[in-house]
Amino acid sequence: MLYGTLLVVSLYYLLPLYVMVVTSLKGMPEIRLGNIFSPPVEVTLEPWVKAWAEACTGINCDGLSRGFWNSVQILIPSVILSIAVASVNGYALANWKFRGSELFFTILIIGAFIPYQTMLYPLVIILREIGLMGKLGGLVLVHTVFGMPILTLLFRNYFAAIPEELFKAARIDGAGFWGIYFRIMLPMSLPIFVVAIILQVTGIWNDFLFGVIYTKPDTYPMTVQLNNIVNSVQGIKEYNVNMAATLLTGLVPLIIYFVSGKLFVRGIAAGAVKG
Amino acid sequence: MKAIRKTLIATSTLCAATSVAAADLEVTHWWTSGGEAAAVSELAKAFDDTEHNWVDGAIAGSGGTARPIIISRILGGDPMGATQLNHGRQAEELIEAGLLTDLTELAEQEGWRDIVNPPSLLDACTYEGRIYCAPVNIHSAQWLWLSHSAYEQAGLDVPANWAEFVTAAPKLEEAGIVPLAMGQQGWQQNLAFGTLQIAIAGVDAWRKVLVDKDAEVAAGPEYAKVFQAAADARELARSSNVQDWNLATNMVITGKAGGQIMGDWAQGEFQIAGQVAGTDYTCLPGLGVNEILDTGGDAFYFPVIEDDDIKAAQLELASLIVSPKVQVAFNLKKGSLPVRGDIDLSTANDCMQKGLQILAKGNVLPSGDMNLSADTQTQIEDLMAEFWTSDMSAADAQERYASIVASAD
Amino acid sequence: MESARKPLSVFKNLSAKIASVPMILTALVVFVGGTAWTVLHSFTGSRLLPKLKFVGFDQYERLWSTRRWLVSIENLAIYGVCSLILTLSIGFFLAALLDRKIRGEAVFRTIFLYPFALSFVVTGLAWQWILNPDFGIQNTVRSLGWQSFTFDPLNNPDIVIFGILIAGLWQGTGLIMVIMLAGLRGIDEDIWKATRVDGIPTWKTYIRVIIPMMRPVFITALVLIASGIIKLYDLVVAQTNGGPGIASEVPAKYVINYMFRAQNLGQGFAASTMMLVSVIIILVPWAYLEFGGKKRD
Repeated sequence: MLYGTLLVVSLYYLLPLYVMVVTSLKGMPEIRLGNIFSPPVEVTLEPWVKAWAEACTGINCDGLSRGFWNSVQILIPSVILSIAVASVNGYALANWKFRGSELFFTILIIGAFIPYQTMLYPLVIILREIGLMGKLGGLVLVHTVFGMPILTLLFRNYFAAIPEELFKAARIDGAGFWGIYFRIMLPMSLPIFVVAIILQVTGIWNDFLFGVIYTKPDTYPMTVQLNNIVNSVQGIKEYNVNMAATLLTGLVPLIIYFVSGKLFVRGIAAGAVKG
Repeated sequence: MKAIRKTLIATSTLCAATSVAAADLEVTHWWTSGGEAAAVSELAKAFDDTEHNWVDGAIAGSGGTARPIIISRILGGDPMGATQLNHGRQAEELIEAGLLTDLTELAEQEGWRDIVNPPSLLDACTYEGRIYCAPVNIHSAQWLWLSHSAYEQAGLDVPANWAEFVTAAPKLEEAGIVPLAMGQQGWQQNLAFGTLQIAIAGVDAWRKVLVDKDAEVAAGPEYAKVFQAAADARELARSSNVQDWNLATNMVITGKAGGQIMGDWAQGEFQIAGQVAGTDYTCLPGLGVNEILDTGGDAFYFPVIEDDDIKAAQLELASLIVSPKVQVAFNLKKGSLPVRGDIDLSTANDCMQKGLQILAKGNVLPSGDMNLSADTQTQIEDLMAEFWTSDMSAADAQERYASIVASAD
Repeated sequence: MESARKPLSVFKNLSAKIASVPMILTALVVFVGGTAWTVLHSFTGSRLLPKLKFVGFDQYERLWSTRRWLVSIENLAIYGVCSLILTLSIGFFLAALLDRKIRGEAVFRTIFLYPFALSFVVTGLAWQWILNPDFGIQNTVRSLGWQSFTFDPLNNPDIVIFGILIAGLWQGTGLIMVIMLAGLRGIDEDIWKATRVDGIPTWKTYIRVIIPMMRPVFITALVLIASGIIKLYDLVVAQTNGGPGIASEVPAKYVINYMFRAQNLGQGFAASTMMLVSVIIILVPWAYLEFGGKKRD
């Protein structure tokens, strides 16, 4: 009964993945015939090759491979900076409250509800004024800003749950704000950092809008190529290539999920549970 | 903002191409499908043959996805070297803000006024007497595409105009064929409506409504007929449940639908499917009633950039776009019509030839992009999207349409 | 909760203030500043570029007389309520199942969670395809012999929003499940033992004892779900693009379409101001109680 329910529910969750994988292994004639749930009669890897190395974006026909390293280059600094800032925020909010800190936090939480796109113009103006428009630094900054609300919430909850005695003892020993952060808090915070990394990698890797506005064609992230492959309005839709491209783009976050699943739950347990 | 604008204006005065150093020019566009990309690469090739270098900035998903990106980049002071935009009223404010390069000098030098046909194309690029864009092609929307195999299956002759099409519809339905294929998206439904407008209300009424924004005509008896026709067409398209326009075209190609109202870009789909105009499908410009086409299309704009090499490259590209060689190569690949009447397109297919003839006769109208602001167009599209998928009565739709026209700018 | 520590740190915490500068700047410049900028421009007739040409409440009058906006609000309300209830209950239900010390927990957990790694665009496309009547579920069931079977939510204006809901739940429930699971793991074994001794049925224990104990978990989950609902955009664009007709339009899409496609910034800003106002009306009293109002203890 228990397992039966779980299996049925699993079907619902696995169905789209199954369809994507199966479709990406079929040739176009087979797709046109038919049933999306049937396994491929003739397995072909060609859609994968095409999606990775041959699909055209405008006049460049080198597929997703073009954007992969660009995405990595955007991802790494963005993840590091956003997590560094948010963890310090959370730490300050949990352990070093000052007048108004809760107000700023409330504003941040409300900020989590603002659709990104409506902030596009103000952001463009801010970045223009500080001279970061069109630079990688600008993009990193934007990811840091929009990652801040939820991450700060998680870090704040996590640090608040660390036993107070540790903190007090360190204070008595004369450790200051940064001393406690680096020597006591950080070493204890692996699980919540894992959660933060997972959330940020997913969000930043899947981001299309900011990636395309704050970069140039040479540094477009992978999602731009994915968009171009999937959203071409005219011509025949090559569903198999679309699906392969989709899976390839989703691979990085997917792998991270599969690898770190257990730590993720532990981290969430610490960051989300104790309000 | 103001300070920046000032400096931009101060420096936007055309610097003559004094330097010939090679420059990388980033070009943003949303031509990403097979035929489109082939057309762009013709342009890119021609540009790379000069001393400059084309950096491709393709963003798929038509203007809806690309436009926020383009505008943000220009507004943020970090613009691309050149960008596609539908010519028309979209760029007015960017021009006012001094963010786009004035091409007037180049245009006069090369005599664009004399070669660009119809002249309305260049008018759409003109703002207060100055020219700001280079038109690259003409697309027209008023075509009815008919499937020969669908009519054969139903034992009917292929209709020659809209009235015959409507009369033949019940027989098609009996044979299990959807009379009218229609993608369920506002712009497609609006395109069909616009085409019915010209065919049924006639050019005079159309001009009064779309050019003069006369709400009384829009609420009047000529337009009542248009809305009735649209309501009839809606019934014919009832069992068409696709979203994308090319999937709707595919229904016509495979004989699952009798016809589709769609722009001339649909013939690219027929070509790819290996169909021949006249034997496998028929195209009726102006629904076979009023053989008049609108002349929308694409154009390139050149944001102001503080760099003499890039400026030179921008002018070079503008000049290339209008040149006969690029016009032929580009438009044959894209399936669109060239912006100049003085070139040879004898290799074009039947439907393109029909279009060329209409163009040569001067039976043209300015496109919606030129007449209406994007805001008004969106409102009409929303209305059409609602109308075509609900049971809204023709009278109600007309009333709402008239009120949009009344407040149009 | 964590409040006991506060008196210690109220004095001389300059480093904390300096360290919080990025947060303060983000809160004030980006969120408050950007919002104020947006609200200000919603009273203007800005078209393609933001301009301070004031038109009073014109944009709002037009907004509330626009059918598409009303449809968008209605859809968001339906989607929001269903998504909130279903995500919470499915998430909790799955977590409770996994918490029964089953074998293969890691496998099931991964299966439920992996969709969250995929973007909404991908989610929308995959489900658009599965729900396509010509080669998706409907076609498959019919080819099995049940000819009258009809399941075509994406082309039926009356139920299209539920087609989107199916995809949204698929993507979002996994994360909530993990959060709930984490919460359940945090509950003391002794409580279960005690209820078992008292002979209270399992389901009753969940409702009477466990769920009330998990209040903070539900709140975190609520913030995550609710913020996702308000921002609902990519999924709709990828799956239906608002169709058929305007039947699956949502407010965020209205805002973005009017800002960028219709090039009527003022109208888009007016709509986003309305969204923001409703968020604030719902959120501020709650945030005050949750974060600001516990100075008493």
